[in-house]
Amino acid sequence: MSIEAKNENKEFKPLIVAFCCNWCSYAGADLAGSSRLAYPADVKIIRVPCSCRVNPLFILRAFQKGADGVILCGCHPGDCHYSTGNYYARRRMTLLFSMLDYLGVENGRTRVEWVSAAEGVKFSQTMNEFVEKIYSLGENVRLEDLRCKKN
Amino acid sequence: MQRIGVFVCHCGTNIAGTVDVKRVVEAVKKEPGVVYAEDYQYMCSEAGQQKIADAVKNEHLTGIVICSCSPRMHEGTFRKAAEKAGLNPYLVEIANIREQCSWIHKDMEEGTEKAVILARAAIAKVMLNAPLQPGESRVVKRALVIGGGIAGIQTALDIADAGYEVDIVEKTPSIGGRMSQLDKTFPTLDCSSCILTPKMGEVNAHEKINIYTYSEVEKVSGFVGDFSVDIRKKARYVDMDKCTGCGLCQEKCPSRKTPNEFNRGLNTRPAIYTPFAQAVPNVPVIDTEACIKFKTGKCGVCSKVCAAGAIDYTQKDEIITREYGAIVVATGFDTINLDKFDEYYYNQSKDVITALELERLMNAAGPTGGNVVRLSNGEHPKNIVFIQCVGSRDVTCRGKSYCSKICCMYTAKQAMLLKDHYPDVDVHVFYIDVRTPGKNFDEFYRRAVEEYDVDYIKGQVGKVSEAENGRLLVQGVDLIDNRQIKMEADLVVLATAIEPNKDVRKIATMLTASIDNNNFLTEAHPKLRPVESPTAGIFLSGVCQGPKDIPETVAQAGAAAIKVVGLLAKDKLVTNPCTAQSNPLFCNGCSACEKVCPYGAISYEEQQVMDGGVRENRRVAVVNSALCQGCGACTVACPSGAMDLKGFSNRQILAEVDAICR
Ligand SMILES: Cc1cc2nc3c(=O)[nH]c(=O)nc-3n(C[C@H](O)[C@H](O)[C@H](O)COP(=O)(O)OP(=O)(O)OC[C@H]3O[C@@H](n4cnc5c(N)ncnc54)[C@H](O)[C@@H]3O)c2cc1C
Ligand code: SF4
Ligand code: SF4
Ligand code: FES
Repeated sequence: MSIEAKNENKEFKPLIVAFCCNWCSYAGADLAGSSRLAYPADVKIIRVPCSCRVNPLFILRAFQKGADGVILCGCHPGDCHYSTGNYYARRRMTLLFSMLDYLGVENGRTRVEWVSAAEGVKFSQTMNEFVEKIYSLGENVRLEDLRCKKN
Repeated sequence: MQRIGVFVCHCGTNIAGTVDVKRVVEAVKKEPGVVYAEDYQYMCSEAGQQKIADAVKNEHLTGIVICSCSPRMHEGTFRKAAEKAGLNPYLVEIANIREQCSWIHKDMEEGTEKAVILARAAIAKVMLNAPLQPGESRVVKRALVIGGGIAGIQTALDIADAGYEVDIVEKTPSIGGRMSQLDKTFPTLDCSSCILTPKMGEVNAHEKINIYTYSEVEKVSGFVGDFSVDIRKKARYVDMDKCTGCGLCQEKCPSRKTPNEFNRGLNTRPAIYTPFAQAVPNVPVIDTEACIKFKTGKCGVCSKVCAAGAIDYTQKDEIITREYGAIVVATGFDTINLDKFDEYYYNQSKDVITALELERLMNAAGPTGGNVVRLSNGEHPKNIVFIQCVGSRDVTCRGKSYCSKICCMYTAKQAMLLKDHYPDVDVHVFYIDVRTPGKNFDEFYRRAVEEYDVDYIKGQVGKVSEAENGRLLVQGVDLIDNRQIKMEADLVVLATAIEPNKDVRKIATMLTASIDNNNFLTEAHPKLRPVESPTAGIFLSGVCQGPKDIPETVAQAGAAAIKVVGLLAKDKLVTNPCTAQSNPLFCNGCSACEKVCPYGAISYEEQQVMDGGVRENRRVAVVNSALCQGCGACTVACPSGAMDLKGFSNRQILAEVDAICR
């Protein structure tokens, strides 16, 4: 993460939710871990069987509850363990992200990335980049449910 | 009321080094639902599992969370431990605080804080876990081996010897693979066909093995233990039962101009052919693109000369559908295309050949009867230059980043054999490194240098061109003496990189088996499960998984076979209970879910539903849990929220989101 971005947002600790499919991306994250490829602790991973299990509602909920960025990782096109799951995910997310952008959740706060089980390096790089992007965008205020903020 | 127990593992210092486990324990104790928490050195150990069992009993736990390594590592272990203690195994959740926390963070504060949040998410999820009962599915006691090279042959033999039926599907007209093209083999220099032919015969004669040559896998459905496969048996136009293998048709066929694939195009073959003399089965095929009868309707010579009446021009492709419990991929390799390597002059000169072509030239049954000659003029070469790593260890986009592994050894082999046959030749080898790990391998290479006086030059060749006298001009560098080298050569042999067979992508997609960036099939675990694909029921044998020589291929083939046998020996398999389920009260029968299911697991039936006190007949979705693989595509497609996935339900995932975003 760039120094400037960090300084500008001294107080800001972003909250980032990463949905990872079990077969490729979660394994890629594991590989990043076993290769000790660091990425910021702001990223919290939720394991799903396949990228196609991610309901747009989960992402809306994350933003509503104060997430600053949400990333969905799946197997590369053609490599989905269930063969076609990531194609559905890609289509759904394209729609969702453009709607979110329209609502004021900038495109930079949402991302889909294909990470294979062998791409520990890519996983860590992607997360580093994504976190940096969120730092530069600052805190997300759209969609946030203030009632959730209190507790 | 839920009673959750949380167990925080130190993993030695792997976790405890960056995560204050005691603080995690204290923090999770405050979470609603948690009645018990403790930390321990190694939760996966016997003693750790005992702690789980004790707590389940003494604290009457209704769910447990283990904060440890990745669930991909020990989920099974902890589920079993829970089951032993009398808790449904699916009431266990894992917070991955090693791979996704302690190993990537250096700061104790940061690590601890994140570990607590991950634990919190797992606790929130487990609160909503329901006990699940895995179903059972059958195991078809028959295996399919795709590819009939030495890998496929050995795997098939080992499976069949254990008493199970095996089918081999081989794309070309004969089994044997690359090994049948080799002359002699390192490190013992025994002749390849002398050791391969008996094995091919054994496969052919084995009562439990069925070979489909000239065939390809066309469609695969099903799952571990119960695959259904469509095999296209291409029309041979020769009746397998009638043909006696006399070979007269091949002799008499007037169309003789097709490049001979088996000899790497170094000579030609007739339109009706067997790839080589020891082919199994020894029944030719007609190449319809070369056959005059198929092109013009005239000819029919083969049919006239065949005493057995085996020729049948009306034969059609046949689709055979069979069921298998396990599938082994053994599709092997090819050498890379050299179009982008113009500096080696391969496409321009007949005297620049690949090592595999040299194998054919050296082979007594090859296009030159075993005489190594310059293909441009038929003369014996005097000066031969080998170039190593052509396209291997090449990080530019035209080459392969990996080491092809076999080339150093086969070059030493070929160099020695050439010197044996033609003591007058000079042999030079340009290399980047000589890599000879392996039993008796380095000794083998040293023999080439010390006994055979092969001239090894550390350095690369920049250019091969034609000299004015018609010989080849090789320009390179000698990195040890730090000088430019220019030498004339009669024959240049390229140790061409190998790559997985082109079809492997298609095969992998059909099998939903993963492949890496280089198209090699990926193993389930690079160290601990090297012969299994991550997709259950799919196994890997031979070079399709990564470069290897014959001894390694055979060892891996045997390993794949024992894994297959281990699977086929089971009568039933336990199925993943995390399947989809539709709530008939919400389902409106729209078919959205059915359309996205890749396994055809969803169908519809009329069901009587009680809705608001009214009894109604409705068309609702039902999921066949034996077919459902639990991807969850349908759950998102469902517009009415009727479809949900057990083990990863909407409520569970939302609870995780909430816990993380708190
Ligand atoms: C020049 C050269 C020299 C060598 N010398 C030696 C040596 O001296 N000693 C040694 O130990 N090793 C040597 N090797 C290595 C050896 O060739 C391999 O280790 C061995 O052949 C690997 O066997 P395999 O069965 O994995 O692959 P292959 O031999 O490639 O067999 C794969 C088979 O699968 C078939 N197939 C492919 N795709 C499909 C499909 N889609 N459907 C159905 N069938 C399919 C192919 O037609 C083929 O029959 C040499 C290799 C080369 C290139
Ligand atoms: S979870 Fe996947 S496999 Fe199961 S029924 Fe739904 S779409 Fe089909
Ligand atoms: S998508 Fe939902 S509502 Fe439509 S048929 Fe499937 S389960 Fe029923
Ligand atoms: S399993 Fe990874 S995207 Fe489907």
